[in-house]
Amino acid sequence: QASSALVVAEHGGGSVKNGSISAVAAAAAVLGDSSPVTLLLAGSGGSELDAAIQHASSAHPAVLVARSPLLGQPLAEPWAELLVQAQKKGNYSHIFAASSSFGKDVLPRAAALLGVSPITDVTRTIDQHTYIRPIYAGNAMATVRFKGSGPCIVSIRATSFPAVPGLALTGVGHPSIRGNLRDGFPEAIGKSKWIGLASQQTERPELGAAKIVISGGRGLKSAENFELLEKLADKLGAAVGASRAAVDAGFVPNDMQIGQTGKIVAPELYIAVGISGAIQHLAGIKDSKVIVAINKDRDAPIFQVADYGLAMDLFEALPELVAKVPSKRL
Amino acid sequence: MKVMVAVKRVVDYAVKVRIKADKSGVETSNTKMSMNPFCEIAVEEALRIKEAGRASEVVVVSMGGEQCVETIRTGLAMGADRGLHVITQDSSSLFPLAVAKLLQALVSSEQPRLLLLGKQAIDDDCNQTGQMVAGLLGWPQATFASKVSISDDKESVCVEREVDGGIETIQLQLPAVVTADLRLNTPRYATLPNIMKAKKKSIQRVTPEELNVVIGSDLEVLEVTEPPKRKAGVMVASVDELLDKLKNEARVF
Repeated sequence: QASSALVVAEHGGGSVKNGSISAVAAAAAVLGDSSPVTLLLAGSGGSELDAAIQHASSAHPAVLVARSPLLGQPLAEPWAELLVQAQKKGNYSHIFAASSSFGKDVLPRAAALLGVSPITDVTRTIDQHTYIRPIYAGNAMATVRFKGSGPCIVSIRATSFPAVPGLALTGVGHPSIRGNLRDGFPEAIGKSKWIGLASQQTERPELGAAKIVISGGRGLKSAENFELLEKLADKLGAAVGASRAAVDAGFVPNDMQIGQTGKIVAPELYIAVGISGAIQHLAGIKDSKVIVAINKDRDAPIFQVADYGLAMDLFEALPELVAKVPSKRL
Repeated sequence: MKVMVAVKRVVDYAVKVRIKADKSGVETSNTKMSMNPFCEIAVEEALRIKEAGRASEVVVVSMGGEQCVETIRTGLAMGADRGLHVITQDSSSLFPLAVAKLLQALVSSEQPRLLLLGKQAIDDDCNQTGQMVAGLLGWPQATFASKVSISDDKESVCVEREVDGGIETIQLQLPAVVTADLRLNTPRYATLPNIMKAKKKSIQRVTPEELNVVIGSDLEVLEVTEPPKRKAGVMVASVDELLDKLKNEARVF
């Protein structure tokens, strides 16, 4: 069977998301130059979707579009059904997506509907059916091979496949999925309703893509003290993250959590402030180029992973850092 | 209303795992095992739903070899009413799709209105089973739940979920599948009286054959290896020294 891939292209604000661009990079790497990679963009319609389609097709020849009021929100049931319908029409050998919270929610459901096991959160590709993924909070790596018949469904950890914005391919027209998603309407669609999303607005770079990440833990002691970190982040043009302890304590919202079950980051520079370094937190930062830890407890496990460790009270270290660090906008 | 909770026995979260010399997997013999932390949270949520009067029975289910019974007993000791053990030869061949198929069969015979699971197991970190069984059942799903509210008429459930962008709220018609995230609740400890009571609660055993499920797998783990090692770091004595290293040695500034 000839190889071909479908990549679920998440989009927001009129452009394809970085994680999905990474997924395209992974698909292209696995399949090679001669196999077609099709981007799937979907939504209820409107100018943001149109802009995203423009963005996608400006860099990529094959864009599949689906428009339906059922796809206006990121609900797993209609999106999994969309993938099933796209697979039936396109008979792809592979389906790729980023391992974002959306990809995690939708892809396994779609895989089950297609009768196959997905391979999720992949950090390396070996060949078309063989992938490496972290297990035990990244303390071990499993090489997994798909030996089923049916599409090989893979989600990728975006930080392991750096996105090259604007892939070097020429844009060509965009066919749409013919027919209405309502055809052969599986019972699960219509049983879920999207109510809303509470998110914090921020000018700072996205955690998954930032070159510098500064993270705070329980040692910050309060939500107000996170302002110290934010000052440092602003000077460095960095993103701000947190350990689970800081989120549990209510210092910061959940979308800042970095770790085994939170966000995975791989910046050039990761600065952990007042973070002890639990296994579960380390799982989210291990691929950072340089790790710095600031913690007044010399025995904190974070120092075993840090490239540079400063055993100092963060309430003294942070103001000094803010004063002395070069002002840098990346 | 019946609530079913699926639980998994995993290497305890605090254990520093060792990889077997033959690269066939992680060392689990002579290693402390526990109920997966996310599964504990799922059991706790089921118990709270029952205590709030929204459910009449909590059934805890696990699949694998004999040791699963310990994990089911933990769920019973926390307060679940009864257990179900799907006994299989070898736990390591139970990939999420197989577990999902077994759960689908159990759900069809037990008819719960809510199936709760932990969002992921901390051994394989798959984060797939809940989604897969929801697809197979044709039920709506709410993953990574940080808050679960069953409606008064028990026809729907409102779930807050932790997603990349923040907290998303969705509403599902029951029956539904919900997977638990870390902040959904803090699980109770099993008290000694409850541990004793649990010994009298029933654990029904069933085989995949009796459920008409064939455990195959379309996946193969070829090897398990060490992650890339970072080279050892150094301690610095001052902010000045740190900045100097970052600028001149690491060259990140």
